Amino acid sequence: MKLNRKWINEEFVDLSHISDKEFVDTLTVFGQKVETYERLDSEIKNVVVGKVLSIVRHENSDHMWVCQVDVGAKEPVQIVTGAQNVKQGDLVPAALHNSYLPGGIHITKGKLRGEVSCGMLCSLKELNLTLGDFPYAIEDGIWIIEEDCKPGDDINTVIGNDDTIVDFEITNNRPDCYSIIGLAREAAAAFGQPMRHHEPVVKGSDAGSMYEKLDIEVPAEELCNRYTARMVTNVKIGPSPKWMRQRLRANGVRPINNIVDITNYVMLEYGQPMHAFDYRYVGSGKIVVREAEEGESLTTLDGNVRTLTPGMLVIADGDKPIGLAGIMGGENSEIVDDTVTVVFESANFDGTSIRKTALALGMRTDASAKFEKNIDPMMTVPAVERACELVELLGCGDVMDGMVDIINYVPAPHTVKLEPAKINALLGTNISKEQMVSYLSLLEIPVEDDEILVPSWRPDLNLMADIAEEVGRSYGYNEIPTTTLKIAARGGYSPKMLFESACGKACRALGYNEIITYSFVSPEIFDRIRLPEGSALRNPMRIQNPLGEDTSVMRTTALPSMLDILSRNMAYRNKSVKLYELAKIYLPKEGQLQPEEPKILVLGSYGDNADFFSIKGELEAIFAALRIKKASYVADRNNPSYHPGRCAAVSIDGVQVGHIGQLHPLVAENYDMDAPVYCAEINLEVLMTQQLPEPTYKPLPKYPTVTRDLALVCNEDVTVAEAENVIRKAGGKLLRDVALFDIYRGASIGDGKKSLAFSLSLRADDRTLTDTDSEQVVTNILNALAKDLDAILR
Amino acid sequence: MKQQLEQIRLQAIAALQEADTPALLEDLRVKFLGKKGELTAVLKLMGKLSPEERPVMGQIANAVRAEIEENLEARKRAVNAAVLEAKLQAESLDVTIPGTSVAMGKEHPMNQVLQEIKDLFVSLGYQIIDGPEIELAEYNFTRLNTEEGHPARDRSDTFYFNDDDSLLLRTQTSPMQIRAMENAKPPICILAPGRVYRKDEADATHSPMFHQIEGLVIDEHITMGNLKSALITLMKSLYGEDAEMRFRPHHFPFTEPSCEMDMQCHKCHGTGEVDGQVCSTCHGEGWIELLGAGMVHPKVLEGCGIDPEKYSGFAFGMGLERMAMGRRKINDLRLIFDNDVRFLNQF
Repeated sequence: MKLNRKWINEEFVDLSHISDKEFVDTLTVFGQKVETYERLDSEIKNVVVGKVLSIVRHENSDHMWVCQVDVGAKEPVQIVTGAQNVKQGDLVPAALHNSYLPGGIHITKGKLRGEVSCGMLCSLKELNLTLGDFPYAIEDGIWIIEEDCKPGDDINTVIGNDDTIVDFEITNNRPDCYSIIGLAREAAAAFGQPMRHHEPVVKGSDAGSMYEKLDIEVPAEELCNRYTARMVTNVKIGPSPKWMRQRLRANGVRPINNIVDITNYVMLEYGQPMHAFDYRYVGSGKIVVREAEEGESLTTLDGNVRTLTPGMLVIADGDKPIGLAGIMGGENSEIVDDTVTVVFESANFDGTSIRKTALALGMRTDASAKFEKNIDPMMTVPAVERACELVELLGCGDVMDGMVDIINYVPAPHTVKLEPAKINALLGTNISKEQMVSYLSLLEIPVEDDEILVPSWRPDLNLMADIAEEVGRSYGYNEIPTTTLKIAARGGYSPKMLFESACGKACRALGYNEIITYSFVSPEIFDRIRLPEGSALRNPMRIQNPLGEDTSVMRTTALPSMLDILSRNMAYRNKSVKLYELAKIYLPKEGQLQPEEPKILVLGSYGDNADFFSIKGELEAIFAALRIKKASYVADRNNPSYHPGRCAAVSIDGVQVGHIGQLHPLVAENYDMDAPVYCAEINLEVLMTQQLPEPTYKPLPKYPTVTRDLALVCNEDVTVAEAENVIRKAGGKLLRDVALFDIYRGASIGDGKKSLAFSLSLRADDRTLTDTDSEQVVTNILNALAKDLDAILR
Repeated sequence: MKQQLEQIRLQAIAALQEADTPALLEDLRVKFLGKKGELTAVLKLMGKLSPEERPVMGQIANAVRAEIEENLEARKRAVNAAVLEAKLQAESLDVTIPGTSVAMGKEHPMNQVLQEIKDLFVSLGYQIIDGPEIELAEYNFTRLNTEEGHPARDRSDTFYFNDDDSLLLRTQTSPMQIRAMENAKPPICILAPGRVYRKDEADATHSPMFHQIEGLVIDEHITMGNLKSALITLMKSLYGEDAEMRFRPHHFPFTEPSCEMDMQCHKCHGTGEVDGQVCSTCHGEGWIELLGAGMVHPKVLEGCGIDPEKYSGFAFGMGLERMAMGRRKINDLRLIFDNDVRFLNQF
């Protein structure tokens, strides 16, 4: 909401002694945040009123003129112009040497075909003005000034640019501040000064009664809280006076003609959107406020044809829509140059309905923006009265007798108890009751016998806390003393958060960088990672109104997000990338509205040293850091996202926690990756159930450990895990550890065979092992290997 | 004999001075002091001396032996030192060759800042909590005093999963306030960070998914003065003791009174100008908006079964991206979700 300071200074409360900076800072901390502010004269510099003393033809040009111009200085200046409408004695805008015009145009002294020109005479356009601002001027030519001014006057003063425009961010709870009066009230209170008020007075005329001319019906009671109208006849359309045009222009509204300008002026002043219909085009002399019918359309004032649907509120005449209620009028009933009789509409429409219609039609206007905030329905009458008063003031028509005022809903006046003790307790202050009453009265909120009579424009005041805010901001939020809070509670993280945080730490120690990705993905990911038809993961939560297909479903797998990022890094030519994410997935659950949201640890890597065993080793290290029980890895040939020969299901104590493996080349191809990619996906919620308790000390061994190396020859299909299991089982209590240290294949051991070399650690807790002891263990192991796996000592 | 001994002594000392390797020294030791060495050979002749001469000569012989041994040891030390020196010289490295690389991963810059904030609040007594991202409209809006028809509930702003708009992607972390109040009795003191979603196209300052941090404190006698104190403590910890803060009235449906907190621009110190130009950091405002806060609305307390006559509380919410971008001087939000390792490795 824009406000020009001059308007409130002249009409409501004179704050002209306050600097712009102080004005915006004070209102901002008072609760009306200023977004920006700007002096209107900042663009035009060193342009003054000049009087043309003489004008002669340029000797070397058939269209240029050489003028001697009195610019209020001792000596006149010579300015060359190409315009043809300048005469001796005219007052004109003269941009002097070293002056600035809108758009950053810099004017300096120069020569035009040999004649010195110490500046430039300006047209309206060059000063960023239009005929709407100064209707007596001409479009193609110098602006011949007909204002009360003298040579040397700053042109900014003549235009009315000696003003500051302040742009406020208005909060949703303060629709009253979408008006000059509302903001003036805030400004007056912020500076502790009373505000002047003006009650509109309409003299009336003998032009007859509107009741004989117009019928108004409001069948759409729910969508129209109040509909107020008056009529004006014998209208003389023309430009509005300069003071009105200047105020409109300063607030960013283009002056059009007196009647339209009046409606816009009242909208700015009161915050009440108004509309003027040309009575000639209100068919059957009837206004009907109703919902649009299927198939109806309306050409709005901006020239666009709008297709209407039921639910949209329209202002219709006897048979067709003539306006889109609260948003924009129709072209068919627009005020034109020969308009004679006008209907002023001042209505209060349902905010939600207006907002939805404006949204559906993609046409948010000043009016609709005000209505959507649910403005004060008590404002319709003063606003229409003000419009009629202005008609009389401007002498542009006769106000007819009568006023139609159809009330469907206005809120009942209400009161709130003033409870100073509670207010102080909430704020942490010690403000006296008298002081509170005085703050409220500056805000024009009356208090009688401890009862606050809430004004109709402040529907946000309902509870003690609401009053506390008014008192608090008047006292000054920054003045409220700070009091340290002693919190008795002990802060902390949940075990799950600590587990996740430890997991992240382990990943980073192993060289993995953390990534953060979107939770919503494209439904195409399921095909991209070759998820089988019928997989439960293909039934994600679907967003009904996504930004786009790419972000339309909630991920049920975190792998694709990782692949996106790996692929992007590969495209950036980043070599050797290792990434991890602690990624939520969203799994719909039968019988409940909200899905499960488990977190998955995803690892992804490519580049130097990336291979199956390095990522597996890293996963093992992460498990070790998290005190996870020993994991088992079982080849999984059926996970279509992974290389069928290089993928393992990871389980702990028979509970599957995830997968690890090399990405299937077809999946890599789907993500435009041409190097081997390795990934692991581990469900952290499940993993956490497999955590060992906090460790306690076990005495260090007293007796030495004996190591024995075994090189076995077995069939190619025997896995290391199988061999290790047999060894552990047969090794008994004395076998403390088994570690694979070599795998060998070669002619010496034959086709289809391989040699596995294990290092065994043997130890007893109560004695030093003898050779016989160790031989016995090794023999048992070899026997078992031969029996179970057909493996022999090499 | 005495002459012989003197001869040996002089020869040995001279020879030792010449020897410059451990091997040569060993040779000399054998030559002069060994069982078959020269000194031993002379001593063997001692038997032929008169008993009077023997002790005198013995003394002289021992002195010669001692002197040679002493010289030998000294020479050995010098030669060994020289040998070691030469060896170390030969082993010199170009210490400017880079070390063997051990890649450490980095926490995402946004989570680094989040962790710092969480740790700070934990130290102040806050419990960190989590909550569902796919949330009921009831929790995200209704119970936060945001009725049906409120613009925030529009489908142009909020992502929905069903026709009756009852299930959505939470647009704020505030529904976790409601869940916290449902699950516990006062005193309540929680911090709830998390992902939130709004229907904004991604650009340099917007993202349809971003992160917020929500704080809530409920107890008897909680005042706005307490709220101010908590937030000032937070910001001074994050931005330094000399950070200047101001509070402005604002509006949120679920707090009353409500406020926003700004920090004075560190670049222009609140003047809005740097060298006569509009300050690029605060765009001339002199202040940077950091967070929204307020006293929990009595209706919200009541809706969670907490008696607003007995208890009061404050809540605050801030955007993590803005905070992380400010602290790490990241100028484009898209970098956060792009996850280019060249970006991640910078922090």
